[in-house]
This record gives sequence, structure tokens and C-alpha cells, in this order.
Amino acid sequence: MALSLAVDALSLKKGYRHLIHDLSFSVAPGECVALTGANGVGKTTLLRTLAGFIRPDGGRVRYVDGVDPEGSMAAQAHYLGHAEALSPGRLAGAELDFQRTFLGGTAAGQAEAIRRLNLSPLLDLETRMLSAGQKRRLSCARLIMAKRPVWLLDEPMSPLDAEHRAKLAELMRAHLSAGGLIVCAVHDPLPFEVRELRLTAPAMEAVYG
Amino acid sequence: MGELKASPASPSLALLKRDLGLSLARGGGPVLAAGFYLTLMAMVPLSLGPEAQTLSKIAPGLTWLCLALASLLSLERLFERDYEDGVFDLLRTGPLALEWVAFLKCLAQWLGTGLILSLMTPVVMILLGAPVGVAGLALVAALIGSLSFALIGGAGASLTLGSRKGGVLIALLVLPFYVPPVIFGAGLMQAFVTGAPVFQALSLLCAYGLFALALGPIAMGAALRSALN
Repeated sequence: MALSLAVDALSLKKGYRHLIHDLSFSVAPGECVALTGANGVGKTTLLRTLAGFIRPDGGRVRYVDGVDPEGSMAAQAHYLGHAEALSPGRLAGAELDFQRTFLGGTAAGQAEAIRRLNLSPLLDLETRMLSAGQKRRLSCARLIMAKRPVWLLDEPMSPLDAEHRAKLAELMRAHLSAGGLIVCAVHDPLPFEVRELRLTAPAMEAVYG
Repeated sequence: MGELKASPASPSLALLKRDLGLSLARGGGPVLAAGFYLTLMAMVPLSLGPEAQTLSKIAPGLTWLCLALASLLSLERLFERDYEDGVFDLLRTGPLALEWVAFLKCLAQWLGTGLILSLMTPVVMILLGAPVGVAGLALVAALIGSLSFALIGGAGASLTLGSRKGGVLIALLVLPFYVPPVIFGAGLMQAFVTGAPVFQALSLLCAYGLFALALGPIAMGAALRSALN
């Protein structure tokens, strides 16, 4: 599980707009970095780049263990975005089964996820019937079902109620103490020790100067 | 971890099963395409008159044309559904290459729609007056043809992903590439009916199918990667 993340001189553009310029940071095993910053500053874009979904305009993302984002890197990370990756017409249980098989999780992990996130009342419902918070809990199940060292979470707490925020925080803490790493976009502070990385829009002269 | 590792085939199988289930469960897909196909074919004698002689002459060619059109129907939803729901974020953190994911989705689409259309093809052809002996060859040709329709169509669908009103755009992009299999397929039927050797047309049809099989996934992978940025 001991994998660390290194970002060197990363530059990201969205259209013609520079979101991030010359950003370098690293995340060690067992560490959680909280991305903060104003709406639209590029937190989601940065997370998607770390997941290997977006090719950076400059610099690079390395998972030290030597894995490259383009290749097998994706199989090292969980990415939880705003969209919950649930098909509205399918049963929650069927989606869970699919995710477990597809991501190479275990049946024991699935049972544990159902127990810890209290999913059993939801399993027989079509996912379009679920509330935003219930969908998010379902999405979080894959963090438990398939163990992966890197968690990339995009505002994971926002739709959850107080009880499940505490549960997710507990899961995140357990992941960190098992040597995993987390990069997480947040607006409200997390209830445990994190390193904050505040994103700000790059100055024009920094980009063009 | 530490438990036995799942075989590499199981993620592929899971995805195939899921996509097949989605296309079958939501109605739409197969039923719609089959209904469209039958309605289109039922309109042929109504528009061209019921003379058996005319019909039997044009039956093979028209059947192929309608098969191509019916294959277009559900292409728009092929990737768009999962794109909107964010399922691609999940699929990309899985163990499979995006090209393979796209191929599996096309395969599921074909199993759900193309296969049924292919099975209907000889029946429709014979109903319109083609000789009964044509059935076997028509089925084989339709299977190959519809598979290439699905793969080429998938490339079109991936290129228009994320654009509103993608449906018409897909048809415009894809139909020119549907021309060769229609020519080879209809030509094959014609050759069989007139007693000419069928080998040439059949091998060309197979060649096109292999072309679609080889290039389709690569094209889809590249297009999806750029659309999913």
C-alpha cells in the first residue's frame, strides 16, 4: 500500500483559461491533502488530472512506486466525483455487484461496505429513487469493496447527513492509518488532521511572464 | 486483499452483462429497432405495389438498406447514457483499457439489437419474395454486416459524445461508412439469386467486418479519451 504521489510543475488549462500554473506538491503514504479554494478555481480539474483522466498541459503526475498516470495508474486509485456513476434504471444492489466485480473487489469487502455504510435498506431500490446522500453512500461503498492506495474524492461530504459524515471521516482515517493517501476537495474542514492545499487563480504574469 | 484474485475475464463479463441488461431492461433498444425494421419493411410493398416479381427482385437490396437504418437507431444512447451518469469515471478506474470497454459496449449493443435484426433478416427477405434457399446465406451475411454496423456506429457515437443533438450527426457521420457493407451484402444476395459465385462478395463483406473490428475500438478509444477530458 505504500504509494506516494508527486506532482511536478503541473499546469492545467480549461479552454483558454489557465487554472493551475506551476503547481508542485507531494503526498506521502498516510497523508491527506485537502484541496480548498473558490468555486471554479480548478479543484475538480486537478483531481481528474491526478486520476489520469486529463492530460496536463505541463508538468507531470507521478505515483512513486513508478506508476505512470496513463497506464495502470487508474487501477491504483478510486475517483469519487460529483456524478455518482450509477445508472438510474438499475437496482442499487446490482450496481454494487457490478462495481465489485469490475473493480476486482471481494465479496467480503462488499458485505463490509453494506454493513458499514448501512446500505442494506437501499439494495432493492432503483438508483433513481435514491436521495443524493443515499447515492453518495452507495458510491463510497467501492472505497471499501476494492482496496486501493489512492483515494481522490471530490467534495465527498457535501450531500451526506451528520451521521454519515462521521462514518466517512472514520473510513478516511482508517484508510490513512493503513498507509493509504487521500486527496480531497472540500469546503468544510475535515474532522481530522489534514494538510491544506489552497488553490488560487494564477496571476497573469506568472503564466505569460 | 490477499484473497484469490479475480480472473481478468470477469470485469469484461460483468461489463457486458451490465450493458446487455441495461439495453434490454429499459425497453427501447431491441424492441424499438425490431419494430422499426418491420414497419419499414412493411411499407415497401405498400409504396412499390404488391407485384411479386418487382418485390422479389428488390427484396435483398432493400432488406440490407433497412438493416442499416435500423442499426442506427440506438447508437445515440450507446455511450451517452454512461457519460451523463458519470459511469465512465468508474470504468476508467477499472482494469480494462478504454478501447476494450468501448468494444464491449458495442458488443453488448450488437447482442441486444444487431443479433435480433440479423435473425429477422432472412424471414423478412423471404416474406418479400426472395427464394427460400437464400435464408442461410442471408443470416450469415446479416450477422457480419450488423456487427460491422455496430462497431462503425460506435465510432460515430463516440465522436459525437457530449454534443447536443448528437443523433442526426451520428447518422450523417456513420451512413457513408455503412455503404460498403450494404453494397457487398446486397450484392451477395443478388449473386446468390442469379446463380453467380458468391465467394467474392462474401469475402469482401468479411474483410469489411474485420476492418471494423480492428479499427473501431482504436477510433472509439481515442474519441472517448478526448470527449471524457
